[in-house]
Amino acid sequence: MIESKLKVATCSLCGCFGCHMSLLDLDERLFDLAEKVEFDRSPLTDLKELGECDIGIIEGGIANVENVHTLLEFRARCKILIAMGACAISGGIPAMRNHYELKDCLEESYTRGIGLVDAQIPNDPEIPLLLDQVHPIHEVVKIDYFLPGCPPSADTIWTFVTQLLAGQPIALPYTQIHYD
Amino acid sequence: MSEEPRFTLDGRTVPFQDGQTIMAAALAAGIYIPHLCFNPEFTPHGSCRVCLVKVNGRMQASCTTPAAAGQVVQSEIDEVREIRRGLLQMLFVEGNHVCPACEKSGACQLQAVAYYVGMLAPHYTHFYPRRPVDASHPDALIDFNRCILCELCVRASREVDGKNVFAVQGRGIKAHLVVNTPSGKLGATDFSLSDKAAQVCPTGTILSKHSGYEIPIGQRLYDRKPINVVGDVAALAVSKGGRRHD
Amino acid sequence: MAESSTLAQTIRDIVQRHQKLPTRLLQILREVQDRLTWLSTEAINVVAEELGISPAKVRSVAEFYSFLYTAPRGSYDILFSDNITDRMLGNRELLHYLADRLGVAINGTRADGRVSVGTTSCTGMCDQGPAALVNGYALTRLTKPRLDRIVELVNAKTPLEQWPREFFEVVSNIRRADILLGRHFADGAALRAVLKRGPEAILEEMVKSGLRGQGGAGFKSAAKWQSCRNAPGEVKYVVCNADEGEPGTFKDRVLMQDYADLVFEGMTVCGRVIGARQGFVYLRGEYRYMVDALKATLQRRREAGLLGAAILGDASFEFDIDIHLGAGAYVCGEESALIESLEGKHGVPRIRPPFPTTHGYLNKPTVVNNVETFASAAKIAVEGGNWFASRGTAESKGTKLLSLSGDCERPGIYEYPFGVTVRQVLEDCGARDAQGIQMAGPAGHMISAKLFDRRICFEDLATGGSFMVFDQRRDILDGIRNFAHFFVHESCGFCTPCRVGTSLMRDLVDKVHTGHGTRADLEEMRKLGQIMRVASHCGLGQTAPNPVLDSLDQFPESYERRLRSTAFEPAFDMNAALEQARWLTGRTDPDAYLDEEILSRAMP
Repeated sequence: MIESKLKVATCSLCGCFGCHMSLLDLDERLFDLAEKVEFDRSPLTDLKELGECDIGIIEGGIANVENVHTLLEFRARCKILIAMGACAISGGIPAMRNHYELKDCLEESYTRGIGLVDAQIPNDPEIPLLLDQVHPIHEVVKIDYFLPGCPPSADTIWTFVTQLLAGQPIALPYTQIHYD
Repeated sequence: MSEEPRFTLDGRTVPFQDGQTIMAAALAAGIYIPHLCFNPEFTPHGSCRVCLVKVNGRMQASCTTPAAAGQVVQSEIDEVREIRRGLLQMLFVEGNHVCPACEKSGACQLQAVAYYVGMLAPHYTHFYPRRPVDASHPDALIDFNRCILCELCVRASREVDGKNVFAVQGRGIKAHLVVNTPSGKLGATDFSLSDKAAQVCPTGTILSKHSGYEIPIGQRLYDRKPINVVGDVAALAVSKGGRRHD
Repeated sequence: MAESSTLAQTIRDIVQRHQKLPTRLLQILREVQDRLTWLSTEAINVVAEELGISPAKVRSVAEFYSFLYTAPRGSYDILFSDNITDRMLGNRELLHYLADRLGVAINGTRADGRVSVGTTSCTGMCDQGPAALVNGYALTRLTKPRLDRIVELVNAKTPLEQWPREFFEVVSNIRRADILLGRHFADGAALRAVLKRGPEAILEEMVKSGLRGQGGAGFKSAAKWQSCRNAPGEVKYVVCNADEGEPGTFKDRVLMQDYADLVFEGMTVCGRVIGARQGFVYLRGEYRYMVDALKATLQRRREAGLLGAAILGDASFEFDIDIHLGAGAYVCGEESALIESLEGKHGVPRIRPPFPTTHGYLNKPTVVNNVETFASAAKIAVEGGNWFASRGTAESKGTKLLSLSGDCERPGIYEYPFGVTVRQVLEDCGARDAQGIQMAGPAGHMISAKLFDRRICFEDLATGGSFMVFDQRRDILDGIRNFAHFFVHESCGFCTPCRVGTSLMRDLVDKVHTGHGTRADLEEMRKLGQIMRVASHCGLGQTAPNPVLDSLDQFPESYERRLRSTAFEPAFDMNAALEQARWLTGRTDPDAYLDEEILSRAMP
């Protein structure tokens, strides 16, 4: 029955990888999980190519062009897409830059430092171009499930994943719903 | 024999006195109806609409609707809960509620009510308004990003403190809380942390500058038990995890 | 220094003239602005000091009303009426034309401070648009030649009094008259009737008449009067709601302009019946052009013994009327918001109960009725309730004034007995090719041709009088978008579902209108609309989603032909969101864009 394993992909967009750390906090439960699912593209597998998946888990919001491309690809290839953590759900801490013009953010970072010579805003095409604001991912693609928390605890993730895999409706206990 | 008048709330019989609102009667009977702009110490305001209930089939704000004998009131039904969730989602996208960066997190009534109604995400498109932070006062901080326009601080300052420190200006989506001085700065007022106005905010808009994160995240007021069990943060003493400075 | 003391003196004089009454705050601010063109912080502080209230309170009023400015405005402030009917008549082109010719940005003020050009909600001139206001005075039938002339007048600093009178001409366009508009009314007849027969008898006639609130809500007028009459208290008030803000309606304009005596007489009768000695007309700011004439009418009535002390020589019959001018806030049409505004505050609807009949103006028992209701009441006092009730339907007695505008040959005022079919109205006004009607304004209902046999009455299609016709050439969604923006502008901001919901709804309508919507967005509109409808504090928020909800049912094709076939589209324009970064970095490589082609390849 190995064929019936569900394929899961994960990625971190504009986030801090904290949600992925929380995923690792599943500890020995990861073994149980590994029996039920196979990880496709994910920082955990270090696979860079995304295959056709059953479940995609997204950490982080949308801040640049690369985030958009990754998110669109996940949406196209994953049957179920999950927003994990505060940044994916509402932009989170990175979205606090939305208080400022992009120009001010970039100038503060690249041109106003002390001792800079020929200071300029980087324009290398290798660097993903920034959007004027950071957005949660549900403003760009349809999201099927939201898993709040900064990060959601390992217990929260476990409850969610086991319910989802069992085909049950998602019902998190009170102590597992957090925005912080 | 004069029998006390009654109505039913989700099937339970609730007695009330003449002139009481549905909210007040429910509160007296120990039944929780979620709310934000309502605080039993103040005249009902009816602006947040979170305390909506179905009264004889029609949606009404329980904090402003007078109780009447024989009313059939429904509160914890899917239809009402969905609308409440929608209202919470509106409040979350209207302001900038970055819970991970807020000292009030875990002891915040807005957050607790959102937990209570089962809000997992703000759903709507975020407005990301650009609002200032006022750190001009020696002891208190105002982060306007978190204001939900409940006007509790406005009412408390006017009615209890007699200072009239706050006001709401602007129309529609431009409505915003202001400090009632020519400079608009809290530092220019006689506001004090012992004011009632400093203790009634249901969000993290008005905070003390000199204490923070004394109770770790995860062990805070609403981290383990929901608001219907714990009660409103403004009504609790510090020893119970509340924020009263008196 | 000298300038500042002049300012203070100017304001002091104005405040003095209003007896330093905080209830006159809105009127005071209007006058201060008339003198100074805008309300500076200094001006606000002086007003606050003179009235003994906080500057924040003054500012909260100044910031609430559209026609009050807390930033500098031009000496000539020109605001185009931006109702959908003005748009149908080409107002946008004229707006741009005028702004170009004057060298001023739209919503901006020219560098020399001479002139500002912008837009405003419907000014109630839909039958003679495109319309505008200049310093609050109505301009009608605008054309390019007329605007050319206005440019010259502005540039030559010609005072408004010297502008051609025909620019300000407001015609009444009464196309069909019935018992209210058609029959002669002798001034004082209703007053004589109430004196002769007594208040109880007149109230009885009101009951028999079945008259219902003609603003559209349809509450039985006699019940209101009775409740106020029975309310304890010596001091009571009569308020005439002439804050006709519903886009597309202008019948109260015609009544106030041509039938003011009838309206004042109805108010006076009401005063006698409920025991009030003071009445107010709350006239929408857009109708300030008629204030002088109305004041003259009031004065004439005083001199004729029809108003003031000892009416008709009876010392016990005392009643006077004051005119209070609004300042651009649709929400003030809601009676409790209107009362707040009348008290000099910002117009946020009160919690009800208590109702105005027991706790109204200054917390005293107050009857608030629509202009048309008072006019009808005056007639009923003379002719009797049965006479009035002989027209109309079982639940809707008498007649209704309809304001017709949009795609019809003869826009104007039509008085019909209640129960007339939509089809009949369309035939009479020469609307040959109607696709849909916006009944009762944006807050009312959008109906399609399959409902044209419905009847205009409270049991079927209730209306305050607005009747905007869209013919087959029109895109219904243009109207819906106009209305969605209107509600964002007019929401008072008090309650969550209206304050936030109107903005969310506007964004969804814009998204679909510009061809970026999907079926998921339509579903979202329905859900959002439902929350606004059931959860809002007052009628404004409760009815704000009506145009969208109705048109989704009645004109689904207007939406569907614009939808993307995709399951989901982003909430914002991602390529536009890169514009700033492209500009800052100077990048033009392919990865600097998220255009349609790139997105369509990636989207499911």
